[in-house]
Amino acid sequence: MRVGIDVGGTNTDAVILDGDTVVAACKSPTTLDVSSGISAALSVVMGDSGVQPDAIDAVMIGTTHFTNAVVERRRLLEVAAIRIGLPATRGVPPMTDWPADLADTLGRHTFMLHGGHEFDGREIAPLDEAGLLEVAKEIRARGIRSAAITSVFSPVTAVMELRAAEILREECPGVALSLSHEIGRVGFLERENAAIMNACLAELSVKVVSSFRAALGEKGITAPFFISQNDGTLMTPEHVERYPVLTFASGPTNSMRGAARLAGLGDAMVVDIGGTTSDVGMLMQGFPRESAVAVDIGGVRTNFRMPDVLAIGLGGGSLVRDEGARIGPDSVGYEITEKALVFGGDTLTTTDIIVAAGLADIGDASRVASIPKATVETAIATMHRMVDEAVDRMKMSADKLPVILVGGGSVLISRELPSASEVIRPENAGVANAIGAAIAQVGGEVDRIYAMEGRQRDEVLDEAKKEATANAVAAGAVGNSVKIMDIEEVPLAYLPGSATRIRVKAVGDLAFGEA
Amino acid sequence: MKLDTQDLKDLAVGAAFLGTGGGGDPYIGRQMVQKCLDDGLTVELADPDTLDDDALVIPTAMMGAPTVLVEKLPSGEEAILSLKRLEKRLGKSATHTMPIEVGGINSTIPLLVGARLGLPIVDGDGMGRAFPELQMETFGVYGISGSPMAVSNEWGDCTLIEARSNEMMEWLSRGVAIRMGGAAYIAEYAMSGADVKRTAVPRTLSLAIQIGRVLREAKANHQNPFEVLLAFMPGTLYSFATIIYSGKISDLQRETRNGFSLGRAKIDGFAPYDGVMEIEIQNENLIARVDGKVRAIVPDLICIMDSETAEPITTENLRYGQRVTVISVSVPELMRTPEALAVFGPSCFGLDEPYTKIEDLSA
Repeated sequence: MRVGIDVGGTNTDAVILDGDTVVAACKSPTTLDVSSGISAALSVVMGDSGVQPDAIDAVMIGTTHFTNAVVERRRLLEVAAIRIGLPATRGVPPMTDWPADLADTLGRHTFMLHGGHEFDGREIAPLDEAGLLEVAKEIRARGIRSAAITSVFSPVTAVMELRAAEILREECPGVALSLSHEIGRVGFLERENAAIMNACLAELSVKVVSSFRAALGEKGITAPFFISQNDGTLMTPEHVERYPVLTFASGPTNSMRGAARLAGLGDAMVVDIGGTTSDVGMLMQGFPRESAVAVDIGGVRTNFRMPDVLAIGLGGGSLVRDEGARIGPDSVGYEITEKALVFGGDTLTTTDIIVAAGLADIGDASRVASIPKATVETAIATMHRMVDEAVDRMKMSADKLPVILVGGGSVLISRELPSASEVIRPENAGVANAIGAAIAQVGGEVDRIYAMEGRQRDEVLDEAKKEATANAVAAGAVGNSVKIMDIEEVPLAYLPGSATRIRVKAVGDLAFGEA
Repeated sequence: MKLDTQDLKDLAVGAAFLGTGGGGDPYIGRQMVQKCLDDGLTVELADPDTLDDDALVIPTAMMGAPTVLVEKLPSGEEAILSLKRLEKRLGKSATHTMPIEVGGINSTIPLLVGARLGLPIVDGDGMGRAFPELQMETFGVYGISGSPMAVSNEWGDCTLIEARSNEMMEWLSRGVAIRMGGAAYIAEYAMSGADVKRTAVPRTLSLAIQIGRVLREAKANHQNPFEVLLAFMPGTLYSFATIIYSGKISDLQRETRNGFSLGRAKIDGFAPYDGVMEIEIQNENLIARVDGKVRAIVPDLICIMDSETAEPITTENLRYGQRVTVISVSVPELMRTPEALAVFGPSCFGLDEPYTKIEDLSA
């Protein structure tokens, strides 16, 4: 059996899964020390189900802890941000576009050294090892405990980041090192930003992972545990200690994947309707389609592998205007229990509409009896049209797909949607995040610019696929379960030799017992 | 006119609009110029009409792959070095720099050079939009030689090119840029103030800033940004602007050939727009047809914008399912003469259709 735990800012959810069956599920408050909240949630699900600790094969944890630490600027380390790329890159020094308070918190210790590579692997300059020794001296003098190393085109060749790490390990023993090529992809500033954010979490990650470990130990669970990352795959605790930044935005991914599993579908659209917005995303082979655009986290530009989610202004608290023809994007939000008509307020919301239509029993239905029938009908049609357009927009092709509805506001959608082959409302949708964590797999990726000229396309793709597969196996996947999930080829304008950027992602089942 | 932080943000939006899908993301260029402002330097635009006839204007730019630029950031010295090298070759100091291309990243490089050298930047350019090659300039169309041209990298390696034609200059410099890692920084088309007044597309930088501002303010005031934009354009040199289509991206094809990103986007129309629009892309949007009938053609602008946010969408960010509105805009008359069309008209991109003005296509 698998246990899935979602540690959110407010609630800690836990589920026990036997295959695809939800054996037990609960929500309990997140605690300051994290571990007692996990412990409490585990007590409930293990108590309810009678599942013994030794029947548990693996525990998967999803957490927003690290994202929140950066957003709230709390418990972050000062970081030596080391860039290898001079004489290129000087025009935009490290942390240029960061919010001032976050840059201050991290101490603004930035260093730039000669080195780096061209897109085709030639050196821009040899690595400035003498300069690095000076940086090491500064790190020791300033008492910095964590460093981020970013070299130009390190996703193409990582040798300089690795060599720099080797030198720092010797010169500054005990300093945590974050290497950009292990974190991000092509796109220098975004990858450097991710490496620096990762570095500032280096000690928090060790603490959080040990509190996870302590909570499980207290319950007598000796099975291995894993933590989910933003692309819906798993990391070992040791990997999270080193790369906490990869957990950023794992929440939406887990929610979507959990919804898919609850509905028993791999290819589907997921609509998560909350109080203020509806998030619409697409699942392909059980994984969310990823966003191609830069994502800001805590005000910092990144290029993390995030689910591509479209948020529209429709939720259970959205305001209804123009006799139902216009809905949202503003919402009464958490004040719904005071402001909505059914709760004695004076604001017409989408919740009032569905109560008036007899589709839900919330608050006092007599307070909405006077809403004209035409308004109710128009508003319901408007809501369906909004969701339908969002679903259609997020699809990759004109083919119809099933739509899975989750979230507290899913009651707004009661009819079929023209863009959907069917509309599914699964049970246990409230703990979709924890279920998503429980079913996560292990992944590996390659993202690199290849010179295609004089080579067979298939041969290049094969090489990339093999490397992605090897990366998945190295991350803990069972070799023969690994499948290629996604191949993306982007031809690069203005470059000769048919230079093409190729991204390949492979995923496989977690190797139980060997991990 | 001195530019501030908000102007730079507005410029990025307007430059993407005028880039008609190409020209690259101005983000990194904007960061470098912003750093100049943070360091207390000034970015000052000069109206072309205010130039002395004997001013020496040396335009600066990046050439190469925007995809390389996002990984190998510039030192910020490259374009300055190229300008200095041309000054040495010409035996004269520049009084101004200016863009060769207002669309995309190249709207920002001269701002960096100008701020760092204390030179005003001429408010205008030589493309009036984005084009893929260096001979596609009104400067060249009206007799200015692109050569001598300087091409520099981050090391200060510098190649001086003296070519017999602007086409040959493009051909040679492209090879140098590749050897420099796929992106290089250039100075070319050095000319007098009188020549700028005669050959440049005037006031395109301030136009891009205004377009960005108009769209931003329309959204802030909850007005329809498309209506506001269409009302704004007639007061500019790009005087005819019209929505030619609105619908949903239903198909996208991309490939690379001869160093260009080629592609084709299909848009299924929403009422009252019937049929299917097909847009052909060669780095930039070149031609829009509805059921085979031409609706807009290069060099007139064909801008694909998000129907909801009115954000211009660059070629690499087009996706299936996007709700888009396609706007076509007339380019200034100096870009529509037979001489200009011989350099950047439809036939220069291998299109069989003759150029027809957007005003006539929309009549």
